[in-house]
Amino acid sequence: MSGVELADPVPVQLLAEDGTFTEHPTFSRFIEGLDGEALRGLYRHMVLERRFDTEATSLQRQGMLALWVPALGQEAAQTGAIAALDSKDRVFPTYREHAMALYRGIKPEELMGMFRATRHTGWNPHTYNFNGYSVVLASQVMHAVGWAMGIKQDVATGALKEGRAENEIVLACLGDGATSQGDAHESMVFASSYGLPVLYFIQNNHWAISVPQQTQSRTPLAHRAAGYGFEGIRVDGNDVLATYAVTQYMAEQMRAGAGPKLVEAVTYRMGAHTTADDPTKYRSQDELEVWKRRDPIARYRTWLEAQSVLDAETAQEVDQEAAELAKDLRTAVHSMESVPLERVFDTVYAEPHRQVEVEKAWLKDYEAGFAEEGRVADQ
Amino acid sequence: MSAESAAHTEQKESVSTPTQMPLAKAINRALADELTADPKTLLIGEDIGALGGVFRVTDKLQAEFGPDRIIDSPLAESGIIGSCIGLAMRGYRPVAEIQFDGFVFPAFNQITTQLAKIHNRTDGAVPMPVTIRLPYGGHIGSIEHHSESPEALFAHTAGLRIVTPSNPHDAYWMTRQAINSTDPVIVLEPKRRYWLKGTVDLDTPAPDAFTAQVLRKGTDVTLATYGPLVPVALAAAEVAAGQGRSVEVIDVRSISPLDDEAIARSAAKTQRLVVAHEAPTFGGFGAEIAARVSERAYHRLAAPVLRVGGFHMPYPPSGQEQRYLPDIDRMLEALERSFVYASEGGR
Repeated sequence: MSGVELADPVPVQLLAEDGTFTEHPTFSRFIEGLDGEALRGLYRHMVLERRFDTEATSLQRQGMLALWVPALGQEAAQTGAIAALDSKDRVFPTYREHAMALYRGIKPEELMGMFRATRHTGWNPHTYNFNGYSVVLASQVMHAVGWAMGIKQDVATGALKEGRAENEIVLACLGDGATSQGDAHESMVFASSYGLPVLYFIQNNHWAISVPQQTQSRTPLAHRAAGYGFEGIRVDGNDVLATYAVTQYMAEQMRAGAGPKLVEAVTYRMGAHTTADDPTKYRSQDELEVWKRRDPIARYRTWLEAQSVLDAETAQEVDQEAAELAKDLRTAVHSMESVPLERVFDTVYAEPHRQVEVEKAWLKDYEAGFAEEGRVADQ
Repeated sequence: MSAESAAHTEQKESVSTPTQMPLAKAINRALADELTADPKTLLIGEDIGALGGVFRVTDKLQAEFGPDRIIDSPLAESGIIGSCIGLAMRGYRPVAEIQFDGFVFPAFNQITTQLAKIHNRTDGAVPMPVTIRLPYGGHIGSIEHHSESPEALFAHTAGLRIVTPSNPHDAYWMTRQAINSTDPVIVLEPKRRYWLKGTVDLDTPAPDAFTAQVLRKGTDVTLATYGPLVPVALAAAEVAAGQGRSVEVIDVRSISPLDDEAIARSAAKTQRLVVAHEAPTFGGFGAEIAARVSERAYHRLAAPVLRVGGFHMPYPPSGQEQRYLPDIDRMLEALERSFVYASEGGR
C-alpha cells in the first residue's frame, strides 16, 4: 500500500478570470482535441443552462414551482465535467446538476417534475443513464459505488449488456456540505477497497445553505482523497476548459483500471441555496462581487472571441436558442400534471401488497361517495 | 430439547422428503440454492466470507461461490445497503447481511429514505430487489445492541416488505421468496432459533411468505405471534390445553404486508385475541394487529385484544432479559385475562 501525494491546493486553471489562456504541462493536451464546434458547444450549453436557471427562478417567484435550486455560477463546473464523460458513464447527481441533466437530454418538463412537485423524479434514469436527483445528501454516492460494483461484476462474468462498456466509469456528484455526511466517507472507503471506477466530483460552491465551507473542512476537500488512497485534484470550477481537461485526465486513467479519483471543482453559488433562502443574511456583498468577476461564461466568451471561435452572430443565435428554451420551459411548466395518487399507490411496491390495495380501494369508494352526494345536491 | 421446541417440531412431521436441519442451515441452503439459480444474486455483509458470518449462516458459501459473489464489506452498514441499491439499479439481486439488529440503525437512512422509496420515486422505472437479512430478538444473553426487535420501525415505512420465519422450513422458503421478490424485503431472522432443528422439505414450498398461518387449531382464544416467540406460543397453548383452554396459534410470518384477514378470521371465531412479540408493546406492531382486528371483528370479540411484549425501556442488560421477554407464563396470564372480560362483561 503506497501513499498518495496531496493535491496542489492551488486549483488547476487554464483560463484566468480575464479570459487569458495559460498552457499547463499536464492538462493542456486534453483540450487539444476540441475543435471550434466543440468549443462553441460548451459555450452554448452554459448559456442555455443559465437562461433555463433564471427562468426557473422566475417561475418559482410566480408560484409555478414549489421550489427551485439555482445552479447559477456553477455552469462551467457541471458542463466541463459532463462533456468529458462518455454517454455510457452513469451519473449520480445531487439536486443541483441542471447543466448535466440538460446535457444528457433530459427535457424541461422531466427536469421540472420534482420542482413543480408533480413527481419525485420526472425522468427514467435508465433512459438518460442519469439517476434521479437525490435530496438526502450523499446517499447517491453510495449508490454510485453499488453501480460500480455492478460494472466490475459484469466485466468479471462477461455479463455486460448491450450498450454497456468494459471501461465505464461512474460520476458521483456531491457538494462541499455533503462531504461531511457519513455516506461520503463510507462511499470512498468502499470505492477504494474494491478499486471501483467512481469519479467523485465535488462542486465546492463555498456555501451549504448558510454555513461556509470552512465549517465542513479545514483542508482542501481534494486532500481527503489521499486519506483513502486515491488521487484528488483541485480545479477552478469556473474554468470550463480546466474542468473538462481534469475530468478527462482522471477518466482516462480510470478507464485503464486506476480505481477511484476525486475532483474538487472550486466554484461559487451565485444565487441562493434554494428559492426559500436569503443569502444576504449570511454572506457579504463584497464576496459576491469577487466571484462576479470570476464568472465562468464571461471569461470563456472573452477567450472564444479572442480566438475567433465565436462571432457576434453565433453568440446571438445562442441567445436566441436560450430564449426559446426558456419559453419551452415556461410552456412545459404550465401544462405539467401531477402523477395521480392512484399511480402513487401502484408504485409503492412492484408486486401486490394487501394494505396498499385495500387503501386504494377505500379511497376510491370514499371519493365516489362524494360524487353521489354531489349528484343528489344537484337534483 | 425444550418443551416448546418439541411442540414446535411436531408441526412439521408430515412433509414428504424430510431433511432435518437447524434454522441457520436452512437459510444457508436457501442462499446457496439462489446463488446457484441466478448469477445476478450476490451476498454482501460484514464477516460473511471466510468466517461465514458471526452466526455461520453464510458458512462455506464464499469457498463455493467466490469472493466476487460473497463479498466481505467494510464495517459500514449504510455502505452495505447503499451499495446494494446501486447494484440493484444495475440489475443485480443483492442480499445484505446486517450483523445484529442493533447495528441496522447506521443503515436506517439508506433503508427508509432510499431503498423503500426508489421504485415509487421513479414511477416504477427502477425496482429494488434487495434482501436484507437481519438477525433479531433477544434471549441469547448478549450485551447491549444485540437483542433488539426493530420491526415496527420498518413496518411503518411504505415500500418495504418484512417477513420473519419461525422454523427451518419457513426459513428456507421465505429466504428464497424474499430474494425472488422484485421489492426490497427485510427478513428478520430469529437469532435465538438459529439452532432450532426442524424438517425442511426442499421440494414442497412453504405457503406464500406474505401470509399468516394457523399452526395449531383452537376454539377458545387466538394467540398470534411471530419469529422467536412462535415456539413459546405453541408451548403455552399446550399448557393451556392441559387446563382446558383450546388455544388457536397463528404464526403472523409477514409483518408487511400483514395478513390481517387471517388473524381477524381466527379472532372472530374464537372471540378473543392475544398478540405477543418481543418488541415493546408501546407503539409496537401488536398495536397495529389489535387495531385492525378490532375494526374487522368488533362485534364478534368478547374481550379487547390484549398484547404481550417487552416494556417501554431500552432492551435491558441480558441479566434481566428473562423478566423482560414474554415467556409461557406471561402468555398464559394474558390468555386468562382475556377470559376475565368475558365472564365480567357477558356476551
